Amino acid sequence: MSRDERAGGPATAATPGATGAPVPAFEAISLTRSYRLDGGVLVDALRGVSLRIGQGEFAAIVGPSGSGKSTLMHLLGCLDRPTSGTLRVNGVDVATLDDAGLADLRNRTIGFVFQSFHLLARTSALDNVALPLVYRGVSRAERRERARAALEAVGLGHRLTHRPSQMSGGEQQRVAIARALVGDPRVLLADEPTGNLDTRNGEEVMGLLERLNAGGVAVVLVTHDAEVAARARRQIRVRDGRIERDT
Amino acid sequence: MRTAEALRMAVEALRVNRLRSMLTMLGVIIGVLSVVILVAIGTGAKNAVEKEIAGLGSNIILVVPGQVGLGAAPTQSRLDLADVAYVRRVVGDPSKVTVAVNSGEPVRVGRVEVFATLTGTDENMPHVFDRPLRRGRYLTETDVDTRRRVVILGSEVAAKLFGDVDPIGRQVTIAGVRFRVIGVYETVGSTFGVARDQEVHLPVTTAQRLIGLPRINGIAVGASGPDEIEPLRRRVVAALDARYPGETFSAVTQTQLLGTIGTVLGMLTGVLAAIAGISLLVGGVGVSNIMLVSVRERTKEIGLRKALGARGRDILGQFLIEAVLLTTIGGVIGILTGVGGALLIQAVSPVPASITWWSIVLAFGVSAAVGVFFGVAPARRAARLDPVVALRTD
Ligand SMILES: Nc1ncnc2c1ncn2[C@@H]1O[C@H](COP(=O)(O)OP(=O)(O)OP(=O)(O)O)[C@@H](O)[C@H]1O
Ligand SMILES: [Mg+2]
Repeated sequence: MSRDERAGGPATAATPGATGAPVPAFEAISLTRSYRLDGGVLVDALRGVSLRIGQGEFAAIVGPSGSGKSTLMHLLGCLDRPTSGTLRVNGVDVATLDDAGLADLRNRTIGFVFQSFHLLARTSALDNVALPLVYRGVSRAERRERARAALEAVGLGHRLTHRPSQMSGGEQQRVAIARALVGDPRVLLADEPTGNLDTRNGEEVMGLLERLNAGGVAVVLVTHDAEVAARARRQIRVRDGRIERDT
Repeated sequence: MRTAEALRMAVEALRVNRLRSMLTMLGVIIGVLSVVILVAIGTGAKNAVEKEIAGLGSNIILVVPGQVGLGAAPTQSRLDLADVAYVRRVVGDPSKVTVAVNSGEPVRVGRVEVFATLTGTDENMPHVFDRPLRRGRYLTETDVDTRRRVVILGSEVAAKLFGDVDPIGRQVTIAGVRFRVIGVYETVGSTFGVARDQEVHLPVTTAQRLIGLPRINGIAVGASGPDEIEPLRRRVVAALDARYPGETFSAVTQTQLLGTIGTVLGMLTGVLAAIAGISLLVGGVGVSNIMLVSVRERTKEIGLRKALGARGRDILGQFLIEAVLLTTIGGVIGILTGVGGALLIQAVSPVPASITWWSIVLAFGVSAAVGVFFGVAPARRAARLDPVVALRTD
């Protein structure tokens, strides 16, 4: 373990709240997010979303295109700040954090998986996976060791030195998942993780996410695929920037 | 993020775009190179002149009538040999005071005629100035007292008049008067455009008769040590002012000459360096430009890094280090080629070049500063990118 990893800090989670119940991974109260277009027109991407996602949950966010799913994911992932409303991540109100604090929260608490993988092109799988640990000040040796373990966990122990261009889409997405995992996050946010994959590779990725969830990591994914959504224990349906249904 | 890590990333980024990095560096290289070379040449020129001045001898004070300075009108000398004797008494050590009477005359041997600078002086000249003889002897007190018609030739005059023949004991004709050669000086080069190897020395008394005036042009005093120069200078000037109330006398020391010339050449070097510095600045603009392009190209990467937990200052550091690395590597290459170029110029041309450690340290410091200065704007732009927007760009 590195010297400063999980040493207290706002990201230390699962501390019982005042009621004694565990703190949820996400707690959103009336979140809105509007964008001002160049012409000055306001676009309300989210119009008041309230939800709770507990530790270790597996939730799918579904809804038509343009309904605000990605916007919601960005807010949950602390990549963006709400226009109004309150968001607590592991009990920490993100409004109290500055940009560096948010970056730290992302680094320690959240793992991202993107539809288009977002791997660094000229960089080996190992170094791609190790990247989040760079921003945590973990030593190089330890980074490599943990990245290797993460790649082995996603079944890519034999692809350590491969570059993204030398791997299949499914393999690339598994590298991205390994990268999301390497920092031991409490939540994994995946925006259409199977969107660019064929059925077989998509199946493999889903299996991986389920296994991770079984290991205690909360998984929130956005999907258009009903079959994928059906595998989640909870489905959150978004429409026009609001939650239409939550089952 | 650790600095070592940021450095590794920067090296990697520069390596990926090898050609582009090189071309960007080229601007900085040329700038640093010209600074190093021009400063070397300027310093070399200054050293050469200082060596010339020092070559006169040490601790010399030149006393001349009137005001010395640029634009000052030449003054008709009213000094004569009695004044030299007076200054000798003031100084105390008569051997440390010598005299000069100057005139330009043709010197002839048979059909060969050479135009030379005649300098009437005395037996103390070698005690004050550093003027080694190649052959023969210096003037003696008797030469001066008896107005002997003897001359000591500068090496160039001797070579032109006599070629390989030993001139000692031979005759030369100056203004119809025959002189016997008693010595030949070593080659000493020129000082302030005065070609000292084209001088012909003769007793001051003989020179005065030849010219037909009992005047002298100047008195030279040798101080016993560097600390003695200034008090002695003041004493001599005060004594002359007292003797001739209402008239001005100037006493110039080597230190003053060195100071004045050093200042002029220093300014010249500064101007040259500043002009070269402009090209360094242009190189910096190139770095800024390329860094902006790089930030744009890597917007997505920046977004990703932020999503994974990079703080604004991590991104800022990454790009700033990249810019500084570009300019410092360029700076080091520029210094090496500049030093090489200066040495080459030194070797193949008469231009003196002298490499100074401060110009190297300065060049390195400035190139690093250029990196910071021109890297900051692109790096800040990168650091401020909104991760969501950045991730979405392609
Ligand atoms: N940066 C932005 N500026 C302006 N409007 C935006 C911006 N980002 C999103 N929007 C708008 O917000 C709304 C929600 O967008 P969002 O990307 O969240 O939809 P989505 O549900 O993820 O759609 P899809 O399924 O197509 O990915 C859309 O109307 C979109 O045009
Ligand atoms: Mg979307």
